[in-house]
Amino acid sequence: MRRETLLNAAVLLGLLAVPLWAWASDEPFIITLATKVVILAIAGIGLNLALGLGGLVSLGHAIFFGVGGYAMGILASHAQSYTPLMEWPLLIEGTKSMPVIWLLAVIGGACAALVIGALSLRTTGVYFIMITLAFGQMFYYFAISWPAYGGEDGLAIYVRNGFPGLNTLDPIQYFALCFGVMCVVLLFVARLAGSAFGLALSGARQNSERVQAVGLVPYRLYLVAFTLSGAITGLSGALYADLNRFVSPTMFSWQTSGEIIIFVILGGVGRLFGPVIGAALFIVLEHLLGGLSEFWHIYLGALLLIVVLFARGGLIGLLAGKEVAHD
Amino acid sequence: MSIILLIEQVLNGLQFGVMLFLMAAGLTLIFGVMGLINLAHGSLYMVGAFAAAGTAAATGSFVLALAASLVAAATAGAIVELTVIRRLYDRDHLDQVLATFALILIFSEGTRWIFGSFPLFLDIPEYLSGPVTLPGGIEYPLYRLTIILIGLAIAAGLFALIAKTRIGIQIRAGESDREMIGALGVNIARLYTLIFALGAALAGFAGALIGAIQSVQVGMGEPVLILAFVVIVIGGIGSIKGALVGAILVGLTDTLGGFLLPRLFATFMDASAAMSVGSALAAMSIYILMAGVLLVRPTGLFGGQ
Repeated sequence: MRRETLLNAAVLLGLLAVPLWAWASDEPFIITLATKVVILAIAGIGLNLALGLGGLVSLGHAIFFGVGGYAMGILASHAQSYTPLMEWPLLIEGTKSMPVIWLLAVIGGACAALVIGALSLRTTGVYFIMITLAFGQMFYYFAISWPAYGGEDGLAIYVRNGFPGLNTLDPIQYFALCFGVMCVVLLFVARLAGSAFGLALSGARQNSERVQAVGLVPYRLYLVAFTLSGAITGLSGALYADLNRFVSPTMFSWQTSGEIIIFVILGGVGRLFGPVIGAALFIVLEHLLGGLSEFWHIYLGALLLIVVLFARGGLIGLLAGKEVAHD
Repeated sequence: MSIILLIEQVLNGLQFGVMLFLMAAGLTLIFGVMGLINLAHGSLYMVGAFAAAGTAAATGSFVLALAASLVAAATAGAIVELTVIRRLYDRDHLDQVLATFALILIFSEGTRWIFGSFPLFLDIPEYLSGPVTLPGGIEYPLYRLTIILIGLAIAAGLFALIAKTRIGIQIRAGESDREMIGALGVNIARLYTLIFALGAALAGFAGALIGAIQSVQVGMGEPVLILAFVVIVIGGIGSIKGALVGAILVGLTDTLGGFLLPRLFATFMDASAAMSVGSALAAMSIYILMAGVLLVRPTGLFGGQ
């Protein structure tokens, strides 16, 4: 077995073992932290599809994270106040059911990514970075200035939404649910990366002229990747909102986009488990350094600088060596 | 009365645009010559504002405060260029984004460490406060008018610097072929540090000027930075002229959108709904402008292919 496969298995087991241990020793806070890692990892896996496979440096993934969060917030707030979402032309009610919310978060994230991708992918390189960042800011200000759903204050949801057959209020059960979702997403992305589409996308990243020469259109490949990426990040946004039972414009902020990129980079760009390791490392650092000093972002910044300047390939690159050409 | 209000808003838009130009000019120069995307440019804006507020509090002189903002931002820029940015020129954009994002974290938290989380205030000096009467009987704050004039003067100076001086020739040559000017004996490393420090000084100066209107606080730079990105995307990367036109377009759209859109919607909606729809749309207006420009010209108004 390859070292990376072993490492991935160890990460997955560790991510299961820590909350189980916390559950046994009655430490609900640790379970919540582990749930946060899993949910943020899903957001990172979404971005890694666009960034790692497609080479699209998106600084606007907070948009899809926020869209997913607001999908949950809007539906659940209507359900908790018993007001219909709209009455004409057809009656749409709010809902507290997670599967329905997830479906809408995925559709919302995908639609937002499709429109933004269609516009932004007309450009490349540094333009693309700036434009995705600008669109993120647009959503942020829109969320702040639109008063119907809390505006700047955000929306609080009093009771976590339900999933058939589970008690989601129990931290370990919600963790298990999120962990299950993450595994499904990982499986999906792994299959996608090995599929004809994934190979074509990887090819377009490495040499777009050659991909064009064999008759593929890079723009379409990128757009599909960006849309799928937005859908996955949207799903994680809905999960994250449910974890906190709170949605606010902060989910749309450019710092959120930056943090999602950090997960991917700390772990390792283009590696399947990169975002999982990156998110875990980020949360651990947040709590270790956050305990040391109020100004822990300085250390995070310094660490990030060191990783970028000297340790390219992230933690996986450090532990498992360079990527193998053929899986 | 309404036309006077409108002219006032146009002037406000112009003032905002001119300040955006000071940010965008540095960004576009740095990208045009060094090929570097610098997210930490907003931090240099913040450094300038804090240096000015600190100096003004210590000496009470506004002119000294402005000088301090220039010196502090240029020094911070030069130090950052020598220690970090220099290693990023050969890297891809992702590495540049991350490293400069890391610099934002360090700058922001460092400033919070030194100055605390509370906003500082920089007062407009006595001789620049109060309104001035423009032709046509329009009363307009003297300070804002001064900002417009200073901004336009700097823009003119920058154009002259690029078009007429030896440094300007080197900058333009650096934009088209960096290896060639190195071969011709120009010290590229020093030129890059100089350009970076120049861009930083402009950003810091803008921060100090705006700091007297708004409060000086950590995180003040990033919203302006992102607007400056919008300006560059609209104007075309690497073009100073594009930066000026884009900045004024964005400044006017933002200010007039916030002023006109709620009034426009109020003509056919009830007042509170018009206020919320109008202000939400106004918040999006510059991004819609950007999307429109991109549809027509993906490389911006003055960008090359």
